[in-house]
Amino acid sequence: MLIDFFLHLKASRLPVSIKEFLTLLEALRQHVIEHSIDDFYLLSRTVLVKDESHFDKFDRAFGEYFKGVEALPGMEVLIPEDWLRRAVRKHLSDAERARLEKLGWEKLMETFRQQLAEQKERHSGGSKWIGSGGSSPFGHGGTHPEGIRLGGRSENRSAVKVWERREYRNLDDSVELGTRNIKVALRRLRRFAREGAAEELDLEGTIAGTARNAGWLDLKLRPERHNAVKVLLLLDIGGSMDDHIRVCEELFSACRSEFKHLEHYYFHNCVYDHLWRDNRRRHSERIATHDVLHRYGGDYKLILVGDAAMSPYELLQPNGSIEFNNAEPGAAWLRRLADTWPHTIWLNPESEHSWQYRQSTALIRNLLGGRMFPLTLDGLERGMRLLSK
Amino acid sequence: MRFTGSASYVTTRDLNLAVNAAITLQRPLLIKGEPGTGKTMLAEEVAAALGLPLFQWHIKSTTKAQQGLYEYDAVSRLRDSQLGEARVADIGSYIVKGVLWQAFECETASVVLIDEIDKADIEFPNDLLRELDRMEFFVYETRQTVRARQRPVVVITSNNEKELPDAFLRRCFFHYIRFPDRETMKSIVDVHFPGLKPALLREALEVFFELREIPGLKKKPSTSELLDWLKLLLAEDIPPEVLRSKEQKAAIPPLHGALLKNEQDVHLFERLIFMARHNR
Repeated sequence: MLIDFFLHLKASRLPVSIKEFLTLLEALRQHVIEHSIDDFYLLSRTVLVKDESHFDKFDRAFGEYFKGVEALPGMEVLIPEDWLRRAVRKHLSDAERARLEKLGWEKLMETFRQQLAEQKERHSGGSKWIGSGGSSPFGHGGTHPEGIRLGGRSENRSAVKVWERREYRNLDDSVELGTRNIKVALRRLRRFAREGAAEELDLEGTIAGTARNAGWLDLKLRPERHNAVKVLLLLDIGGSMDDHIRVCEELFSACRSEFKHLEHYYFHNCVYDHLWRDNRRRHSERIATHDVLHRYGGDYKLILVGDAAMSPYELLQPNGSIEFNNAEPGAAWLRRLADTWPHTIWLNPESEHSWQYRQSTALIRNLLGGRMFPLTLDGLERGMRLLSK
Repeated sequence: MRFTGSASYVTTRDLNLAVNAAITLQRPLLIKGEPGTGKTMLAEEVAAALGLPLFQWHIKSTTKAQQGLYEYDAVSRLRDSQLGEARVADIGSYIVKGVLWQAFECETASVVLIDEIDKADIEFPNDLLRELDRMEFFVYETRQTVRARQRPVVVITSNNEKELPDAFLRRCFFHYIRFPDRETMKSIVDVHFPGLKPALLREALEVFFELREIPGLKKKPSTSELLDWLKLLLAEDIPPEVLRSKEQKAAIPPLHGALLKNEQDVHLFERLIFMARHNR
């Protein structure tokens, strides 16, 4: 049975390993927990899941697998009326019990028995059968005001509640993207190197040097280690990007503090002859894109951020830009950028599955050899992994 | 050995279970959670509750895995050799024991805290795989193998600044300390401030959870901030009515500096209150 459980987790794309599964079995053998599904839920989560971003996935998988196990211990067993009466008394307030009279106790019990007899399989949802999640008066998690919760609630906080509430949903890594998360993702790009003035004592070198000197102290110094990666950030601004300003700001501020060599420029929709540094003075202080191309060497990593949403003409036609008459089409400029900086990616704040509906997005993606990633934590990770290669 | 929380540290059931599983199966326990939810405290409390000695290893960005095992003090040996000291001949006197060595040597079982493992270099956890798995390591300088007499209970905390390698994670148990709900929070406060006026507590928790609800805060106040704030409220002897007089979020709660630590957050908060006042 537990092997099925393990395979079910695996099928739900949780990164569980055999070693961890064996550990779980060992924990069960050593009686870390009593025979309670609540404890089993907690134990298996502790042992098998190692990242809170997988908790939600685990909750769902666990819920699917154990659905019904808690709900009713054996459907064919007829539940004694006494027991059920007691359960109802325990869970319903007086007012609720008064409302229960609407259907009538006898009637309720009768219906219940009848359904138990008729029902052949486990059932969830729907409004008549016994099961979970529906609006039938029977089962649990339903919305019917006169429902009976079957299976009884354990005295501790019920674990079913925990995994059905899906409390860890917002920790799932495709959702949340804050400055901090971005920073973590950007760290992948770190390249440590020693450059500059030699100020730090190189202990190993000193020892080796001294040994070679037959014991005469030979002090060796070396430059401090720091992040030497160089990043050029080009941000799309205005127009359709206004919806994504917050995300881009966060990305930008995270980049700012993470890299020593970070240069940024703005463009609108697509890169043409000019870029600018300060959006308020975009018309007076702009810089020719050719100058940028020549200024930063090939060791810079280029990150373009934009939603790639524009008319295809803006990419393919000379004079296609919505702002001025460009002699060369946007595509030519993009190709030039990609040629100058082999490490180029495009981050797109639009969600990945909407890309295929936009012609311009597909075009740009092709131009960059498929190196377009969504601006989610996961996309950022993939992008950074590619850049750091 | 079973851990069930202590008089000064409120635990939830899932945390107890995780700790006990880690103790029984002798695996390291990795703890994550929002800052200020008592991750570091846990190791101290486990050690106190079980009556075991605690060895703490606080990790910095420059910490190397080797430093937890031992360090070879080459510089003193070099100096001694230049001065012609007699003890130079014995390399053993230049080996400085690290935290793990001390724990391995301990006569009884012990608790080892590896605090903020994510601060260290990305390779750090990988360098400790075998040491934590087998609880033994080899000292090259003296050619000896150090083996744990009693496997220590290892508690590792992380703030998620770096991802930990899979091989490392597979050897650990994992627990994520969730932000406590209102009930748990109440019992935590009870433990720290017994005899706090119920009215004050109720109002304070109200303000606190409301503050956490504000969208866009850079750093939400956490348990430790709440405790600090309550301490200040008590010290200043602020009556609960002051907290209640907030009139639909239109007044700034007293001493809010203890709750909001970020300048931008304070600005945001004050702006919201200003707007609330304005709209009335």
